[in-house]
Amino acid sequence: MERGDGRKADEMRPIQMKVGVLKHADGSAMVKIGKTIAIAAAYGPRELNPRHMQESDRAIVQCNYSMAPFSTKERVRPGPSRRSTEISKVTREALEPALFLKDFPRTTIDVYIVILQANAGTRTAGINAASLALADAGVQMRDLVTSIAAGKVEGHYALDLTGEEEEITECDLPIAYMPREKKFTLLQMDGHITKDDMKGVIRLAVKGCEILYEHQRKALLEKWSKEGFE
Amino acid sequence: MSFQSRYIASHVSKGMRLDGRKINEYRKIEIEINPIEQAEGSARVKIGDTEVIAGVKLEVGEPFPDTPNEGVLMVNAEFSPLASPEFELGPPRESAIELARIVDRGIRESKCIDNEKLCIKEGEKVWMVLIDVQPLSQDGNLIDAAGIAAITALMAARMPKYEDEKIVYEKTHEKLPLKEIPIPVTCAILDGKLVTDPSLEEEDAMEGRITVTTTQDGRICAIQKGSVGLLTMDIIEQAVEHSAEEGRRIRELVKKSL
Repeated sequence: MERGDGRKADEMRPIQMKVGVLKHADGSAMVKIGKTIAIAAAYGPRELNPRHMQESDRAIVQCNYSMAPFSTKERVRPGPSRRSTEISKVTREALEPALFLKDFPRTTIDVYIVILQANAGTRTAGINAASLALADAGVQMRDLVTSIAAGKVEGHYALDLTGEEEEITECDLPIAYMPREKKFTLLQMDGHITKDDMKGVIRLAVKGCEILYEHQRKALLEKWSKEGFE
Repeated sequence: MSFQSRYIASHVSKGMRLDGRKINEYRKIEIEINPIEQAEGSARVKIGDTEVIAGVKLEVGEPFPDTPNEGVLMVNAEFSPLASPEFELGPPRESAIELARIVDRGIRESKCIDNEKLCIKEGEKVWMVLIDVQPLSQDGNLIDAAGIAAITALMAARMPKYEDEKIVYEKTHEKLPLKEIPIPVTCAILDGKLVTDPSLEEEDAMEGRITVTTTQDGRICAIQKGSVGLLTMDIIEQAVEHSAEEGRRIRELVKKSL
């Protein structure tokens, strides 16, 4: 099967990842998948104010996803929306399982994601960038969190849908996945498919995550080898 | 005043800066054109380690009743915590609003956009030019970075099509009707002296700040004094002279980048 942009069903759009892109964040990363560009900053663990939000036995994670007003065809109104609030929440829940929160009581780990350009898969690009930013900040992690969506387009399972494919897919199923642990940390689906299709689509997405994992490791190594930690 | 601030101020009196620049020396400016394909126009501007992306979006809307045949301009800035641990989430605070208004004033007062050409149907439909500024790294002098990025993004912008009362977001070759290139230049006042293009540390230490926006013919289209410091007539005159000169150089840089 050939897709609109000439890719194979299990082929991802071109991937570009860079770690340490922001000077003032503790950790940062840029992830570009096709035309989607996500940039993430991580801070912490750091003091949490107001104090009543502190947890006496663990760190909390605060996550914010937002889209730059110029990131889409029609301008996005600045400020939070219902969509961005939900994505912030599922992103936080996708990242939290990778962190050792019990080691940092009373603190916060903050993650900020800005989508500079959107063409489908912004939440997954954001999670990939956020996971790299956390690793770059030196926060201990069980594993990197990778994330990608898959669907079923014109009768075939298809990895990493584009905006055009999102219009015609039978389902849109983003996952976040820790490849070493083989555990899912995000799972969403909208569409209408059979159980077998669901399994097939998830399996394809996992394959995508394994590819992304290699890209993430390479991006981190690239930065750290520059700093002399071979 | 912190030790660092006193150290910076005392060295300015000897003509020295922490990063080795001369008192009137601007940091290196890098300009990238249209990094965001989805925007009608965009620019990424780096001044040293300060980095900003500005994007221009075009929409069709109603004109203001007092200018029924003119397009509408809006400049907005959101300071995301990406750019600095000092920034917080939430609606723009006063510094983000001030920045957006300084950029807005430079563009509006220089009459850089030929607003009448943005009229589609008098009193009913005009193009709205929406400029959004997204700082990526606050390392001092965000105002200039934003102003340069905004005008560059306007110059790089291409009009979308307007067919059957609807915008078709497909790029044409038609540019925005522009006739000026306003450039803001900001100086900090430290130890009573003008210090060009302040770094983050210098902004923390500065007594005051003055931004002068000039056009091609050296005329001034916007001024903003910032922070609590006092200005003398002498300092104001110096700032205007210096900004016009530096502005000319930056304007050439902007033109060359396109």
